[in-house]
Parts: sequence; structure tokens; C-alpha cells
Amino acid sequence: MPADAVLQVTDLDVHYGKGRRRAQALDGVSLEVRRGETVGLIGETGSGKSTLARTILGLVPASAGRVVIDGEEVSGYRQRQWRTLRRRGVVQYVFQDPLRSLDPDVTIADSLIEPLLIRGVARGEALVRVRPLLERVRLDEELLARLPGELSGGQRQRVAVARALVTEPALVILDEPVSALDSANRVEVLEILKELRTSGVALVFISHDLGSVAGVADRVAVMYQGRLVETGTTREVITAPQHVYTRLLIGSAPTLRSGAASRADRDALRAALLTA
Amino acid sequence: MTILSELRTPHAVPTLPDEIVLALRDVRIYDQVNDREIVHGISFELTPGRVVGIVGESGSGKTLTCRAALGILPEHFAISGGSIEITGQEIAGLTPEQWTGLRGSTISAVFQDPASYLNPSIRVGSQIAEVIRVKTGAKRRQARHRALELLAAVHLRNPALVYEQYTFELSGGMLQRVLIAAAIAADPTVLIADEATTALDVTVQAEILDLLADLQERIGLALLVVSHDLAVVAQLCDEVLVMREGEVVEQGPTAEVLHNPKHEYTRMLIAEHEQYGLERYLEAEADRDGGLTRAG
Repeated sequence: MPADAVLQVTDLDVHYGKGRRRAQALDGVSLEVRRGETVGLIGETGSGKSTLARTILGLVPASAGRVVIDGEEVSGYRQRQWRTLRRRGVVQYVFQDPLRSLDPDVTIADSLIEPLLIRGVARGEALVRVRPLLERVRLDEELLARLPGELSGGQRQRVAVARALVTEPALVILDEPVSALDSANRVEVLEILKELRTSGVALVFISHDLGSVAGVADRVAVMYQGRLVETGTTREVITAPQHVYTRLLIGSAPTLRSGAASRADRDALRAALLTA
Repeated sequence: MTILSELRTPHAVPTLPDEIVLALRDVRIYDQVNDREIVHGISFELTPGRVVGIVGESGSGKTLTCRAALGILPEHFAISGGSIEITGQEIAGLTPEQWTGLRGSTISAVFQDPASYLNPSIRVGSQIAEVIRVKTGAKRRQARHRALELLAAVHLRNPALVYEQYTFELSGGMLQRVLIAAAIAADPTVLIADEATTALDVTVQAEILDLLADLQERIGLALLVVSHDLAVVAQLCDEVLVMREGEVVEQGPTAEVLHNPKHEYTRMLIAEHEQYGLERYLEAEADRDGGLTRAG
């Protein structure tokens, strides 16, 4: 494993169900994320991208393969070992809907310092530590006293990002972090994610829409039917896609100048994908 | 381009190519409970085969505008100014019976969540056939035949199989095709697509947008496309209206709005694509290839 790899996934298989109903959700997935790198994980509903994220986080058991997080092999971990790992905050997770990760009855300040309190940091010290994070996600200090319900969707998502960063994780997995936001808030969150790269944290940015990760990701990994069909720099994947699905995905993304593909091209790609 | 193609039935009301089939003139919509105006004047005209788009965030008033044109404003909302004409007919004072005659047969719509417009316990084909029987007076066998034709027309691969299926057996994209088939079953002149592709994967969204463009070309359907995504609207529309908080902040031919945006909000929507979308990669590539190619 290269010295700067924060995440290394090797030949990962995941199955759901039992007996005749057993279905394969991930098929031989290998992925590496280096320190400070942002990787966009792209694919349609059911392609396995969220399953991959959940398996990395120990929420779904793998049937084969290896996961190494920040030098630590976690593949065979039991629940107790996972809890210890999560408490250390090495890897964090941000959901599409921040209301899922923020307790509605707890102030923003208390939500933000909670991961530090769990690790034994004193309250006063914890409050001092979260201040610079607020600046990083462009939130005003006066929001600290409020409840999640009193914030806009965009503000809540920025709180969720700040909360994920509070333990200084090596890796943050963001699952559709901007899909539920309007344009202004989407731009703001994307800008914040882009700035985060300078801090050294590695990001896995999951989205069904290549367009929303294109401006942020260094590399893109494309999933289709449980397999990772293509990986490359964002530029390579967008300008010279290799797999038929990637070509269809790029040809389907609505762009302002419609430079991507014609209807006839898309029809041909759909036909090719069906017979593939 | 033939206006009356194989898809139009003898029941279809013929329209002239330059006839105004939907006209909104300075339409204002009022919220009677909160005592405030929500839509502050919107105007546009649709002719057969033309596509007008409205882009804006949720809460900008675009869905209320659609519902006003369909005569289905929520309870305490009312049109408080301006006028709406559907194929030359002023809608103010229409009786519920007259609306029933217009909806489906002249103006029709598809929305974001197709499953909620279909009965989960009735085969989808029967539901389309029902629309055809009610709207055109067709006999049972004719209606079934026509429903199968429509399912094929919206590019469902196995119409006979889909006809017999229930909503839970179909994907989101297939359901939206079924809804579009039902919406065009009674030969409407105008079809409103309100966030019709928002809940779908990008590749499926492109299929549905291609289908709408195909229907517009083949049967001269006039389309009103509503989306929060400027690029979706840009892909299909001749004219774009940009709405924000009930106000039309910019309106004009699509190319004009994209290349020479006047309002700060339009510029922000464009910047979102140019800085954070595929555009910056694809355009550099297209420039190298010697100019942009507009998808047909």
C-alpha cells in the first residue's frame, strides 16, 4: 500500500439476501484514495455506490475483499472494533439530508462539539476548537446557539460538513451532499469542498450526477451494476470516456451548450449498453 | 413535419402551425390565506411545436403558474390579475364541466412523482385505456389497442408486457413514460412537464427529454417545460423564462439568455454549470474540435 493512501479497497464483493434470493451488490470493486485527494464516485440508483460507502464504514458486511483505512485493515472487524474506530473519528460520513445527522433538539454548538466530548476533550476546549471550522464552512458564530430547525437547508449541510471535520478525519465520505440543495447553496457547498482539499483530508464524493462532482473531484470512479467500470482523472473521464456506460452518462448530462452528444448518439449508446 | 402523424386520432382537434394554443398575459397569483401575491405577473405564448421553459428554485412560483393554466390551483390560491387563454378560450369563469372537457384533451401535464398519479392496484395499461374511453368515447377493444400504441410511442420496449403490469413492477423512468402516454392519450395540444425528470437518473432523464422532443417534432405538441435546472430547459426550449420569488427576472430566446444573460440570478445559474459542471471540460474540448456542436 502506497504511503499516502488513506483508503484502499481491494476486490470487494458484497451480497444481499440468502439462498435463491442472494444478489450481488458489489462485484470485485477496487479503489484507492490518497491523502488530500477528492474522488467522485458516480453511478445511477442501484449501481452500488452507497453500498460501497456503507461497506467501507463497516455498516454492511463484505463477502470477500479487503478494506484498509489509514493503514489499518478493517475488513474483519467486529462491531466493537468498528465502534472504537468510529469514536476515534478517522473516517466520517455526510448524508444527503443533514437532518439525519443532526439531532433536532440539540443546538448547533452542542452538535459540533459532541464528537470531541466523546473523545474526552473538555467542553471549553472543544468550543475553542470548532470556531475555525465555522469559518471554513462559512457559517456565522451566532448560529451556534440555534437548533437545526432554525437553519436553512444549505446552512444545515454546512454544519454537517463542519461536524464531520471536527475530529480531523483522514477520510470523509459524502453521500449526495448537494442533491437536495438549491443552486446558491449548492455552489456554496461545492466551493467549501474544493477549499477543503488544501487541508489534507481525503474526500469521497458520491453522486448520481457527474455534473455536480466535475468541478470538485481530482479523480472520478464510475460504477455500473455493482462494478467499478472506469477510473481516471476528472478530465480524462469527461473528455475521453472509455466504457459505454460512462459515454452514455456524459452524453446524457444536460449542459448549457449541449456539446455532449446528439439524440442519435445517445440512442446508439443505449443500444450498445443493452447488448453489452 | 406533419402535424397529424400516426399518433393523432380522428378525435384530435386540428391546430394551425401559428395558432396561439396557450397564452398567459401578466398573470398574477394570490395567496388568500396569507394575504399576499405569490406570482407577480408572467406572460408567454405557445404555438404548436414550440417549447417554452420556466426555470427557478422551489418556491419561485413556477408550479403555481402551471397549476393556474390547468385550472387546478390549490384551495386558497386565486388568479388575481391578467388572463390565461387556452386555444383562444379565456379560462376565467370556466365551469368545472368545461375544465373537464379541456384537461387531457386540450391541455395535459406530467409531474415529478409519476407513481402518485397512478393507482397501485390497477394494471397501468387499463388506466391508460380508461383515460381513452372517458376522453374519446372509444370502445373497450379500441381503447386497449390505442393504449398499446401509446406505450410503444413513448418507447417502452415491450408494450404488451407493460400494459399488464402494476406500478410497483416498473422503474421511475418507465412510470414517467406511462404517465406521458396517459397525458397524450386524448390528443392534447399543450403538454406541461413540471419537473418531470427531476427524480430520475441522468441517463433516464435524457431518455425522457429525448421523448418529449420527439413528441414535439412528430405530433407538433406545444410544450411547457418547468425545471430547477437551467440546462434541462436549455436543451429543449426555444424560449426561457427565469423566475425568482414570483418574479420573471429574465425572459427571451434560449440562446440569447445563455449567451447574454442580463440578470444576476441568471448569471449565477450559468456560473454554477460553468464552474462546477461538465461544461468547462467539454467546451475546451469542443473548441479544440473547431466549434460547438448543438445536439439535435
